[in-house]
Amino acid sequence: MAGEQTPLRRVASDFFANPVAVFGLVLFCVIVIVAILAPIISPQNPYDLAQLDVTEGRLPPGAKSLGGSTFWLGSDDQGRDMLSAIFYGLRISLSVGVMSTVIALGIGLALGLTAAYFGGRTGTIIMRIADIQLSFPAILIALILLAVLGQGTLKIVAALVTVQWAYYARTVRGAALVEKHKEYIEAARCLALPPLRIVFRHLLPNCLPPLMVIAAVQVAAAIALEATLSFLGLGLPITEPSLGLLIANGYQYLLSGKYWISFFPGVALLATILSINLVADQLRDVLNPRLQR
Amino acid sequence: MLVFVLRRSLQALLVLFVMSVLVFVGVYAIGNPVDILINPVADQLERERAIATLGLDKPLWVQYWSFLSGAVHGDLGRSFVHSTSALGLILERMPATLELAIAAMLIAIVLGIPLGLWAGLRPHGFAGRTIMAGSILGFSLPTFWVGLMLIMVFSVMLGWLPASGRGPTKLLFGIPVSFLSLEGWRHLIMPATNLALFKLALLIRLTRAGTREALVQDYVKFARAKGLTNARIIGVHVLRNILIPIVTIIGLEFGSVIAFAIVTETIFAWPGMGKLLIDSINLLDRPIIVAYLLVIVFMFIVINLIVDILYSALDPRVRLAEAKG
Repeated sequence: MAGEQTPLRRVASDFFANPVAVFGLVLFCVIVIVAILAPIISPQNPYDLAQLDVTEGRLPPGAKSLGGSTFWLGSDDQGRDMLSAIFYGLRISLSVGVMSTVIALGIGLALGLTAAYFGGRTGTIIMRIADIQLSFPAILIALILLAVLGQGTLKIVAALVTVQWAYYARTVRGAALVEKHKEYIEAARCLALPPLRIVFRHLLPNCLPPLMVIAAVQVAAAIALEATLSFLGLGLPITEPSLGLLIANGYQYLLSGKYWISFFPGVALLATILSINLVADQLRDVLNPRLQR
Repeated sequence: MLVFVLRRSLQALLVLFVMSVLVFVGVYAIGNPVDILINPVADQLERERAIATLGLDKPLWVQYWSFLSGAVHGDLGRSFVHSTSALGLILERMPATLELAIAAMLIAIVLGIPLGLWAGLRPHGFAGRTIMAGSILGFSLPTFWVGLMLIMVFSVMLGWLPASGRGPTKLLFGIPVSFLSLEGWRHLIMPATNLALFKLALLIRLTRAGTREALVQDYVKFARAKGLTNARIIGVHVLRNILIPIVTIIGLEFGSVIAFAIVTETIFAWPGMGKLLIDSINLLDRPIIVAYLLVIVFMFIVINLIVDILYSALDPRVRLAEAKG
């Protein structure tokens, strides 16, 4: 099989050459699997109030519960097993991050391609809006949106999408402007293919490499931003405790030395963001044409 | 140069105008302005009187005009909770935020540029790899969680540093600052470090990338061929060239440090603008939210303008491109 050198195979072999990146990928897969299987592998259902006992609140890691099970990572003020709460929290954090990234990617792609391929006044206006938005930090825009809109899962997804679309629009426009003048696009035009077909079948696939890197970085950023907003009390409602809310919940007990309620959800959050960043970092090197031999 | 500055200033004014329209539409038109601007505990009579005084029965463009002329005269409404001018409250808190942001930026610069330079000069060495691994970690650490962990280690476990507040301040040219006393330093160091971490990681990566690119340039080869010492090549030729993008980024990131200070201030109970914003959101003190928004937009536009001008002053190539385009 040595002779066969498809682009995908080259990217894959370059990617797997870096053990740190592979570690990141494996860690990320483990986290995703844990998040998906949370209802099956969690020692208890952290939102079933019947399973909770307030008298078992704030127990340190490793303590035995009255039912005989062990709180490996301690329990919170409600007597909730932290390990289970983290598994469920990962589910919420990941799904909010991925959902907002997918929607923002779709919107940014469509607008960026429109701006690049058709250009004109519409294109200028779209990119002007993106430029102005990108000159303000994401956290500020999201915070103000949520202050006006109020709390809720859909609202935080809307805020994250609003913050993110401009990154994709700008990236895809930059790539598309370069690709647009290449011969294969000219050839497609000569064949009188409909513009939409040229944009989506010919232009888009060639703009994907830089987008993949940005998308990976942005998933991590979205998860971190959601956690920050939830920590500040502006993100998800208390009925859907993401990792940020779990950390906020332990904040008040931190000063009395009960570190585990904030510490372990933070470790889970860090592992998630770090694993994605490690993958994104290697992707950036592998997909960068300037660094290719 | 003058044309350039004038054109950029005009653009900045345009952005400010657009943002003021957006803020106005967001607060006065989309939301119910009666709910947003009138104290929810007011009775019926008071509400009607307030609607009349605020002119909420007038057409939208008349309302926008009075809002704009109020804003130009520095009147951004009164706080429900503190019943003083919203703008005054924010300006009163501004020095604390600026001090924190400047301290954080200094930490990031003083540590980030040398570390990035080192990693760029020896990218495959042990130190270089360790620095890069550290910077990825710095990117991935959630700022608010690091703040909590700093409090846990240095305040709860070791008891070295105070967990919250700003400590005593002294007046410097009429502005209260805390870096003039030891107690002030003890309060400042932890939040500033917390706020600096992300920017530190960013500066390390930027400096490293710039150094690596600069080292293969012809002017470095020429300097080597001339027999200049390594210290001179790096200190004068490489550093001067990579500083141009770094200065720009430092300027642009200063705004984002002020925005991120919202989180750090909340954790460390630092009495700055950011904490005021979060408190106001929790207390539904909306005039403060609106005023904060306009103040921060104004600050950003000014910062971006200064960076643009600095950039073109530092790098003649930018000006040439501007003139052509």
